[in-house]
Amino acid sequence: MSTSPALPLAFDETRKSGGALSSILSSDMPRSKALTFILLAIFVVLAATPFLFSGSQPLSTAAKICVFIVLVASYDLLLGYTGIVSFAHTMFFGIGGYGIAIALERLGATWTSVVVGLLAALVLSALLAVAIGLLSLRVRAIFFSMITLAVASAMAVLASQLSDITGGEDGLSFQLPSELRPAFRLLSEPIFGVSINGRLVAYYMVFFVALLMFLLLLRIVNSPFGRVLQAIRENEFRAEALGYRVVAYRTMASVISALVATVAGALMALWLRYNGPDTTLSFSIMIDILLMVVIGGMGTMYGSVIGAALFVLAQSYLQVLMDAGSKALAGMPVLPNLVHPDRWLLWLGALFVISVYAFPGGIVGRLRQTKR
Amino acid sequence: MTDMAVETTTSSEPLPRTKTDWLPLLLVPALALLALPFIGSGSTWVTLTVAGLAMGMMIFLMASGLTLVFGLMDIINFGHGVFISLGAYATLIVLGPLAGWGQADSVWLNLGLLFLCIVVAMAVTGVVGAVFERVIVRPVYGSHLKQILVTMGGLIVAEQAIHAIWGASPIPLQLPQTLRGAFVIGDIVMERYRVVAVCIGLVVFIGMQLLLNRTRIGLLIRAGVENPEMVEALGYRIRRLFVSVFVAGSALAGLGGVMWAFYRQTLTAGMGMEVMVLVFIVIIIGGLGSVGGCFVGSILVALVANYVGFLEPKLALISNILVMALVLIWRPQGLFPVARR
Repeated sequence: MSTSPALPLAFDETRKSGGALSSILSSDMPRSKALTFILLAIFVVLAATPFLFSGSQPLSTAAKICVFIVLVASYDLLLGYTGIVSFAHTMFFGIGGYGIAIALERLGATWTSVVVGLLAALVLSALLAVAIGLLSLRVRAIFFSMITLAVASAMAVLASQLSDITGGEDGLSFQLPSELRPAFRLLSEPIFGVSINGRLVAYYMVFFVALLMFLLLLRIVNSPFGRVLQAIRENEFRAEALGYRVVAYRTMASVISALVATVAGALMALWLRYNGPDTTLSFSIMIDILLMVVIGGMGTMYGSVIGAALFVLAQSYLQVLMDAGSKALAGMPVLPNLVHPDRWLLWLGALFVISVYAFPGGIVGRLRQTKR
Repeated sequence: MTDMAVETTTSSEPLPRTKTDWLPLLLVPALALLALPFIGSGSTWVTLTVAGLAMGMMIFLMASGLTLVFGLMDIINFGHGVFISLGAYATLIVLGPLAGWGQADSVWLNLGLLFLCIVVAMAVTGVVGAVFERVIVRPVYGSHLKQILVTMGGLIVAEQAIHAIWGASPIPLQLPQTLRGAFVIGDIVMERYRVVAVCIGLVVFIGMQLLLNRTRIGLLIRAGVENPEMVEALGYRIRRLFVSVFVAGSALAGLGGVMWAFYRQTLTAGMGMEVMVLVFIVIIIGGLGSVGGCFVGSILVALVANYVGFLEPKLALISNILVMALVLIWRPQGLFPVARR
């Protein structure tokens, strides 16, 4: 294993005593003015989206960003902090989504079914994560990547084939508990001209659960347990020699990450009132997650915030830009195809490859380097 | 599987031979015989077995390059699937101008067309493989994590590039005239194309075995898998060997891609990545780096998929995973462990 100086261990130099903010963020401060500013901006905009923008499109984008921040942060626990590549992360994301969808569809639109669905999904995710971890992490870390890919694709096929339970390719639409429906009114009077309806309640539920999950992950990676994970990433044999059971720690990390991804999947399903293979289970989402982690910055939880926000915005708005470029280049042979709005992934893919070589710390690493 | 004996002219006594590990090889006929009573009818069994063998050969073609590259260079190329897709799309270069050969009712013209497709596809994927090695893979030798990430990135970019060049919608592909349909012998039905696939797969496998075990370059490759530093110390340019193996591996993926494309009869940019799941299962089962293990693993997986698909279609979806889990419990390093890293 080579050492990667661009992914620094979060040394205790920054651990300042006291401070409420510091303790909320588990003493892992952004450590860069620009980064602090961007993170604060993202936080404020996400928190105030219903009041800043009108219409359902920005709210949906914001909710998607919240869900993906959690999903990407949980993946970063595996990739950035533990140094193992899993391709089964969407599987756990999907299990969360299907847990909610199946429970709400079968057991009726009550909070009890939300709890039942989430618990069942969490248990299934934990069991699968332990099974995969013990089968593959025992031998070599590289097996883990391939085996997770195989298991995840089998799961995706299974979900589309067992259409009696999962709704197959069409997925499942379901009713939400009445408090989350658009018709529900929490307050009779609108605040700042925005009526406080069930949709808003649902958004803030997604927002606060996502925030809680993110802070929890931040706590985990800055705990002694998180330090051991980083030690394993840097030098597996040394960690083993120091008396840490590498397999146990890696399996534990993959279980935690799977559980958080399950919660993210549940949030996604609750927000969309629908769950299907394309929204939570498909391999293209896995690739999106990879792009977000690496572009945002591996080995920093804040990277997931920036990666997810940037990627989801690019997904919605880069295409508009490329459409304009494509029209401008019309008439040339292959060039218009290269900037065709559907080819936006081509450019993000190139950015991905470049970031792995040139900025292994991603955007966050870059910002921290320039502005100490 | 690797036959380590080297005939030396100076000493009269032959060097001690490593024992061939027969157990995994017996697995295949044992499995086939075991399936017979469950299936019942003999002719169905033959049809299923031939279909399984054909599919196994195609998977082997696609997987062999990957496992060789891993064994020699300790590089895991998650972008291998792109060479499969690229090989498949390269057939369009030939099929465009020579569409008439495919329509003609002549076995030789049809086979010639297939052969030309294969040659062009291998050339294209070989060249792209050389570029891929230079641009994507070379800067990340030695770090598995970065290799997985970067080759995934290469896969994304290359898949999108295929979309940009050939368009994003699936393209239908027709088999040459005389390769359609099936041979019928009594009750036994064997699709012609599958028989052709088995033949091509066997030729490539035997060719690879001969190259690896009977030639100087094969000796160097096997030595490189065992101990690259020593080979380099003896004055061979191991880097050049690496690159040529990578190119050969990509070309083999291209060949597999052509075969797979004619089998599916549709072209999509994602087809390589779809089949990569099977390819990974196969090279894990075979033991990373072992060509023989890859061969046995391919046939094993394909036969199981065919038998289970016939007996219990719902179970077929996870049969591959079950086979892999069982093999890994039996031999955690795969059937024929090679790379001792």
